Amino acid sequence: MGTLASLYQDLILDHNRTPRNYRQIENANRKAEGHNPLCGDKLTVWLRMDGDVIEDAAFQGSGCAISRASASLMTVAVKGKRKAEAEKLFEQFRRMITGTLEPDQEPSLGKLAAFAGVAEYPVRVKCAGLSWHALRAALDRPEAVVSTE
Amino acid sequence: MSGAMVSDRRVGDGELHLAPRHPFDVERVRQDFPILQEQIHGHPLVYLDNAATAQKPQAVIEAVLRFYRRENSNIHRGVHHLSGQASAAFEAVRAKVAHFINARAPHEVIFTRGTTDAINLVAQSYGRRFLRTGDEVLITGMEHHSNIVPWQLLCEQTGAVLRAAPLTQSGELDLDQFSRLLNDRTRFLALVHLSNALGTINPIKQITSWARERNIPVLVDAAQSVPHLPVDVQDLGCDFLAFSGHKLYGPTGIGVLYGREALLELMPPYQGGGGMIETVTIERSTWAPLPAKFEAGTPMIAQAIGLGAALDYVNGIGRESIARWEQQLLEHAAELLNDIPGCRIIGTAPEKAGVMSFVLQDVHPHDIGTILDAEGIAIRAGHHCAQPLMRHFGVAATARASFGLYNTKAEVDALAAGLKTVSRMFA
Repeated sequence: MGTLASLYQDLILDHNRTPRNYRQIENANRKAEGHNPLCGDKLTVWLRMDGDVIEDAAFQGSGCAISRASASLMTVAVKGKRKAEAEKLFEQFRRMITGTLEPDQEPSLGKLAAFAGVAEYPVRVKCAGLSWHALRAALDRPEAVVSTE
Repeated sequence: MSGAMVSDRRVGDGELHLAPRHPFDVERVRQDFPILQEQIHGHPLVYLDNAATAQKPQAVIEAVLRFYRRENSNIHRGVHHLSGQASAAFEAVRAKVAHFINARAPHEVIFTRGTTDAINLVAQSYGRRFLRTGDEVLITGMEHHSNIVPWQLLCEQTGAVLRAAPLTQSGELDLDQFSRLLNDRTRFLALVHLSNALGTINPIKQITSWARERNIPVLVDAAQSVPHLPVDVQDLGCDFLAFSGHKLYGPTGIGVLYGREALLELMPPYQGGGGMIETVTIERSTWAPLPAKFEAGTPMIAQAIGLGAALDYVNGIGRESIARWEQQLLEHAAELLNDIPGCRIIGTAPEKAGVMSFVLQDVHPHDIGTILDAEGIAIRAGHHCAQPLMRHFGVAATARASFGLYNTKAEVDALAAGLKTVSRMFA
């Protein structure tokens, strides 16, 4: 197991305390809910797509620091990206939090590299991935509910 | 076995209800549990997740090992020596369980996989035979999902209606409302003795007396109460009672359904298979008498033997001694947690045992759990399989420390210190 400091980095604690894009999008054209039945975490991701570009991304919901901060940093990271780019980023993020990709191998992860410590806490991988699963569902279908189970 | 409180007796010698031989000595008790020597992330294990499952004393581990090494055989089948011995040992545990909960006879004890299995047995066997469209099943707002979902399934199958008695803000049953929910349509009542998420002890005797006036059978979910309190089915006045071995310092995979003989006799089998029949033709079968009627297939023999050893262990220490000690731990925890700014105890009923549920400011319980784990402290974080209850208190989840007979006040101190670390990190 890694140290607590590697999991609860300042950036993560900051985004937990004051999550960015924590709102609904009035004229959203995509929306998906993510549930983690194991812990009761629940969040909603809204997107406004212009063609295949994510013009705006936001979320609301309840969850642990890891899932909230992950959702917050995700909305920042994907805003302005094309669908394919966001999906690629998710794949890199997924590999990083499951320990099969070192963050320094993939500079495009940027601030998301703060979640590299999650790889040492297998039970928390679902927390970090919840918002991303919801994002992917929203990108694939206009209305969706996804579950980590 | 290092503890001197329990003699190393073989399963099946028929000796029951040992008087405590020594005053309660937690350090001595701890010697009986090998896992308590483990280090977690470089810290001594502080195991405060006993409501999920309890640790096992050496006596239980050895009983299971000995069975597999020297006594293993299927039961009620062979004429050979080992089978006869295993059958006798298995049935001796049934008698021991009957004595432990003060059932009138051993055949009122049905072995199941656990509490969940026992409740499903009653819902499917009693419920499907006797409930009809428009009948009501009454439960409470503090039930574990295992005492909600089986009744929902039954209601779907029969057209019966599931009602739930409301709670007060302290996490007690609202008895006025409860008594009003009992009516001429109520055909079954199922409720928890000791709430796994709150620690509340429900006034079962009062409730069974109301139910008796209306001839409503009562099932008590005793999964949490049996490890913490003396439980006497005749005194409680219940018709069914369910508990699990693994929360009572015994193995997983074994549980008990107590049923009043007259009701068990009226009930059809729950599952069909070997062991539960008298005669079988291709056209039809007849059922074995109690308790075999409800025990299809090869049962959990080694686990039952382990449960027997656990009952001996608990009896050897004495359930009153255990209850008194755990009450001290609970009071100590309440004092310390009440002193932590932003810590709110969920469930403040005056009658409580074993369980301390809480939230800390707006820190998610999973974060609390991870941070405490780094210090070797194991607690539960989540909805405790009681989502309706979480909604009642307006929280998605709580953190829960739950105590066993081997916990110490120093461990409670470690919990409180860990929570202060959490507060600092999330300040």
